[in-house]
Amino acid sequence: MKAVSILRPALAALLAATAGLSAAAGEDYDAQVREMMQSSFKENGIASKYRQLQLDFQKTCSALVPPSAEAMRQIEAEQMQTVRWPADGKFFGDWKEGEKIAQSGRGLTWTDKAGESNGGGCYNCHQLAPQELSFGTIGPSLHRYGKLRGSDEGMVKYTWGKLWNAKAYNACSQMPRMGDAHILSEAQIKHVMAYLFDPASPVNQ
Amino acid sequence: MRKTLGMAALAAMLAGGAQAQSTADEIAKYREMIADGNPAELFEMEGESLWKTPRGPKKATLEQCDLGQGPGVVDGAFARMPRYFADTGRVQDLESRLLTCMETLQGIPASAVVDGDWNKGERKTMDALAAYVVTHSRGQKIQLDLANPQTRRMYELGKRAFHYRSGPMDFSCATCHGEDGKRIRLQDLPNLTHKEGAIAAWGSWPAYRVSNSQFWTMQHRLNDCFRQQRTAEPVFASEVTVALSVYMAATAQGGVLQTPGLKR
Repeated sequence: MKAVSILRPALAALLAATAGLSAAAGEDYDAQVREMMQSSFKENGIASKYRQLQLDFQKTCSALVPPSAEAMRQIEAEQMQTVRWPADGKFFGDWKEGEKIAQSGRGLTWTDKAGESNGGGCYNCHQLAPQELSFGTIGPSLHRYGKLRGSDEGMVKYTWGKLWNAKAYNACSQMPRMGDAHILSEAQIKHVMAYLFDPASPVNQ
Repeated sequence: MRKTLGMAALAAMLAGGAQAQSTADEIAKYREMIADGNPAELFEMEGESLWKTPRGPKKATLEQCDLGQGPGVVDGAFARMPRYFADTGRVQDLESRLLTCMETLQGIPASAVVDGDWNKGERKTMDALAAYVVTHSRGQKIQLDLANPQTRRMYELGKRAFHYRSGPMDFSCATCHGEDGKRIRLQDLPNLTHKEGAIAAWGSWPAYRVSNSQFWTMQHRLNDCFRQQRTAEPVFASEVTVALSVYMAATAQGGVLQTPGLKR
């Protein structure tokens, strides 16, 4: 009994020390990983070492513990500032061009060349036109996108913004920032918009 | 002949296409057809021969190579890798350990592999050697020494590297491999954060790939994942590749190795 009461404070002290240690080690690991993500990589073609550095939101969204609701809101507000609306006020291009962009997953790897136009990679993660059976499932189905959602101004602007920078609406979205990260051009995004909304587009059949 | 027929059958099945289902079923059927004839066997035989052939400036074989179970012991070695090696003071995966053996025993500089090209020269040698070693852990349980503090540290680094988002598409490994039941196009994606998916993946690489008739080590697999993730290129056998391997193998701990595997 006596031994226990003597041990108790010692145990408490030990636990406190261990907790302190593991917290310190956790921070240390993060620093070591940042260093490792530099030192373990080399530039190859268009894939420069800058790609190993993290933007603030990328860092926040990489944490093993998901960010707080407040941190998410802050990221979303910041990312919303990056959305560039179409210079001529026209949101739609040609859905046939949009289909090609949705089908192509090419671009930005170290085996791609600078200056080539990138694909949108839409089918890698989304279902779109029903006749295309080779579609991924990381993102939701977009079959009948325009038909189901309508095409009022709010929906059109939301979709444009989502394509330009998905992080403006969901801080840690898996979807790339097509416009903000210069994956697609403004003209290409217009074509993808038409592919999603045009009543003649196979997406809406 | 049998293999040729198998390939044609698979090609027909894949081309017969327009399947709404993933290709997993077809690959499974193909695996059954050639169950006692994985083309990886050819690489394994070549690897065994290379293991026993005097090579390099020192004209030595790899028969004294210590893969962790003692000099020359190949049986069960891969099932316990990556592991900490006191002589190098590093946690090493199979490929980085083979680099050490090639350098110290044979005098072949690591740069011959690290700065080489896939499917050529000493990197191709590495493929065959890996095929040989992993075949001798087939059917054995993955058993990493997670009590080792160095291995433990690499696990923690690997877990964080797995979730590290960067580059023009903001991807991390977890973007594709962090949830159950996801696909890219028709390709099923194992969830590497859970035991079942980690066993499916770690337990079946290195593998023979039917789509390009190549044998790929885990180093090659990781390299192409990062390419599609749009990062810069990981250096062969660099710390991040070993850390991710520790993370996957530790998550798959206790699972049975099916190495070498057979893939699309």
